[in-house]
Amino acid sequence: MFPYIPRGEGEEATMLDAIGVGSFEDLLAPLPQAFRVSGLLALPGPQSEHEIAHDLARMAGRNKCHPDTLAFLGAGCYDHMVPAAIDHVAYRSEFYTAYTPYQAEVGQGTLTAIFEFQTVMAELTGMDLANASLYDGASALAEAAWLGLGATGRNKILVAGPLHPNYRHVLATYTQGLDVEILVDPAPAGVTDAAWVERHLDDTVGVVVGSSPNFLGGVEDFTALFAEAKKRGAVTVSVFQPHALMLYKTPGAMGADLAVGEGRSLGTPPSFGGPALGLFAVTGAYVRSIPGRLIGETVDRQGKRCYVMTLRTREQDIRRAKATSNICTNQSLLALRATLYASLLGPRGMREVAERCVENAHYAADRLSAAGGFRLAFEAPFFQEFALECPRPAREVVAAAESRGVLAGVDLGRFRPEWERLLLVCCNEKHRRRDLDTLVDVLSAGAGEVARV
Amino acid sequence: MSEKLIFESSRPGVRGAVVPPLDVPARGMEALVPAGLRREDVPRLPEVSEPEVVRHFTNLSVLNHHVDRDMYPLGSCTMKYNPKINDRMAGLSGFSEIHPLAPVSGVQGALALLKELERALQVITGLPAVSLQPSAGAQGEFTCMLLARAYHRDRGETRDEVVIPDSAHGTNPASVRFAGMKAVEVKSGARGRVDLDALRKVAGPRTAAMMLTNPNTLGIFETEIGDIASIIHEAGGLLYLDGANMNALAGIALPGVMGFDMMHLNLHKTFSTPHGGGGPGAGPIAVREDLRPYLPVPRIVEEDGVYRLDHDCPKSVGRVHGFYGNFGVLVRAATYIRSLGAAGIREMSRNAILNANYLMARLRDTYEVKMPGPCMHEFVLSARSQKKRGVRAADISKRLLDFGFHSPTTYFPLIVEEALMIEPTESESKDTLDRFVDVMKTIAREVEESPETVQQAPHRTPIQRPDEARAARKLRVRWTPDDERD
Repeated sequence: MFPYIPRGEGEEATMLDAIGVGSFEDLLAPLPQAFRVSGLLALPGPQSEHEIAHDLARMAGRNKCHPDTLAFLGAGCYDHMVPAAIDHVAYRSEFYTAYTPYQAEVGQGTLTAIFEFQTVMAELTGMDLANASLYDGASALAEAAWLGLGATGRNKILVAGPLHPNYRHVLATYTQGLDVEILVDPAPAGVTDAAWVERHLDDTVGVVVGSSPNFLGGVEDFTALFAEAKKRGAVTVSVFQPHALMLYKTPGAMGADLAVGEGRSLGTPPSFGGPALGLFAVTGAYVRSIPGRLIGETVDRQGKRCYVMTLRTREQDIRRAKATSNICTNQSLLALRATLYASLLGPRGMREVAERCVENAHYAADRLSAAGGFRLAFEAPFFQEFALECPRPAREVVAAAESRGVLAGVDLGRFRPEWERLLLVCCNEKHRRRDLDTLVDVLSAGAGEVARV
Repeated sequence: MSEKLIFESSRPGVRGAVVPPLDVPARGMEALVPAGLRREDVPRLPEVSEPEVVRHFTNLSVLNHHVDRDMYPLGSCTMKYNPKINDRMAGLSGFSEIHPLAPVSGVQGALALLKELERALQVITGLPAVSLQPSAGAQGEFTCMLLARAYHRDRGETRDEVVIPDSAHGTNPASVRFAGMKAVEVKSGARGRVDLDALRKVAGPRTAAMMLTNPNTLGIFETEIGDIASIIHEAGGLLYLDGANMNALAGIALPGVMGFDMMHLNLHKTFSTPHGGGGPGAGPIAVREDLRPYLPVPRIVEEDGVYRLDHDCPKSVGRVHGFYGNFGVLVRAATYIRSLGAAGIREMSRNAILNANYLMARLRDTYEVKMPGPCMHEFVLSARSQKKRGVRAADISKRLLDFGFHSPTTYFPLIVEEALMIEPTESESKDTLDRFVDVMKTIAREVEESPETVQQAPHRTPIQRPDEARAARKLRVRWTPDDERD
């Protein structure tokens, strides 16, 4: 009757007989009647595969997406090409339907792949080591704050430069029970306000956070800030974007203690922002306070090289309330996909992706600035994303472009009222010149319309 | 293992993917990336071709045990079958390719599906308000602890203690600590249930909440849940259900009616989404009506068939995810609920309970069963009598691997000596259960006749008994080229 419940006629009676009870009801004896469901719950279904596929295809069809809709959306969720081999491998039952590899003897596939993932992340970030991943970039930053607050015994977090508002929000959520003060740089120029930082960075700050590229697209160098923060006893956290690390100074080169980022764009489609992939890398000094899983190399009793989950005494199932985090999973499948991505593209392919992004973004920015009505909101160097100041509220620009079938960017007014006229435009390696020209045409046409009004 | 790491197959100039060519006039990196901001080195990522990548990872994959191969009797993990239609639905481009910040008019189908799942989970839990945002059970329970804190503070109370039974999952006390509260342990009574007298002693004016797993981690329903709820509620606290074991209750009983005020669900357990070797999962939470204002933002709101995201919830504990949670996982769970419907959800739990009781009945003459009477969807065996022959629970677990089964959850719950915690789920046929019983009996015979066979297990797995102490002592958590080693 139900395709996932393999029960033949008469089997229930045979099994109840073996159990030694007369009816299934007898097994429920400890469950008081008052708590029971009488009859059936009011749920949709049951439906056949055919019916579900029909209904959900209609629902999915109501959503606008690539390739039918041209999109320039980023703001923390970046879309890059996903080689076909990634789905092919990651959907293999052996990876897909496996449990967490607590039994290393039958989990070497996942364990080895995650060891490789940790290596990819250490190489990308220039840090000593990385963990097996966390939920997403935002919670990875919050975990970094927990670590830094714990390590310093201080209760202030200083955020330099424009940090993604959702990251800031998750940071505040995660620390609300811990009596923490979060100081946020107003960053009027779209990058770190050095004078503001100087006024606020003192010996009571426990965690210093710097994001590059930052939320408004600006690329920054935090080397001096991190050095000063460390001198004052704070733990430094670099928030990064993995593709940008192919071109720009790494968290390791900037002297960060901890590096966190969102890794979903490495081999996994956007999927409405989740599942995501929290990246977490540290210098060697912090290896024993790292949150989440860590895979280490060892040998088995025959001396064969193999991999196990290691430094387990940091984790909640052993250390309970004293664990370095409450996290009990990683995002294994996305970590596998990121490893496949890095392996397929390699250092040259990933660098080419980054170069295409920066070239396309600058081509679009140059043409838009020249088109009249629009200008770059900030002067800072940028990677694949830039804030465009519009001649009218960005939400109107977005709506006008949408009616022409283009998702032109993210209206930053939805995050802060003073950003009402800012449109965050993101380009990637998939965009062709004609796509970028279409964006320019659609936005200029929209600007012209308002001029006529 | 003969398999090289992917880095060890790297040769300069080889690649496995081609990037679309640049077709705008190139300005070059010298011009676009300021000198002081440039990366100076090249990350040592592998340089390999597509066939090498596919072959490497395929060869790795076959070293894994997985649900599509055979049973995982892992207690408290609910390793059920992952229906394939779920993945096809999550892979529809209208779901997988959408951007979280697209105009809300362009994501109406996604929001409609999320709302449908919210409503289904309300019905299944008997709790009227749901947030789908938490990424996993541990994040769900942490969010609920923040809710409890916000709720009490809103009422002018600063309660800071959370009562947790000694049989609880380790995530419970850890979540409490990071929410800024203190875990207070309460002992289990003789039958593995919460000891009401002990509970009365710890519940009081500082009690913010109690976290309870029901059925508990011994697979036993907390029959006195009504009294537990009264004690906590009379003390002014909230009762939280760790929903890890919902596979015993869905369609049969309602946590909302038992007196639970809030709970999380593990969609990767009860609702069949794949574990993926450790994630991604999803840990939605369900709460009673007066806790709704504290749920994470944004909330999904429907007005006359039009959906929007509401960020304006001043009492909310805030966001716990960068966007809206693990959407791809949520699509799979919504698909599963449609496949089963109300009757199927009930059959799911019924058969999970039937399978567990059948296994327990068939094994109880061979292994010690701690708790008398029927179990729910899982049960705990003790290998205490096998230990007298020098064989530990971990040895029995490892020996199972030789027969193609995964191990049970071992040494948990902590309150049972030599614990083997077994949860077959409803996905297993009677034939599979009988095969598992035969193997467990074979192993018990080996314990008597040739204990060293079990003590030295496994014998047939790709590797055997890795040196975990060495892994921690000579810590090596990334590959480096040979010339850099040591």
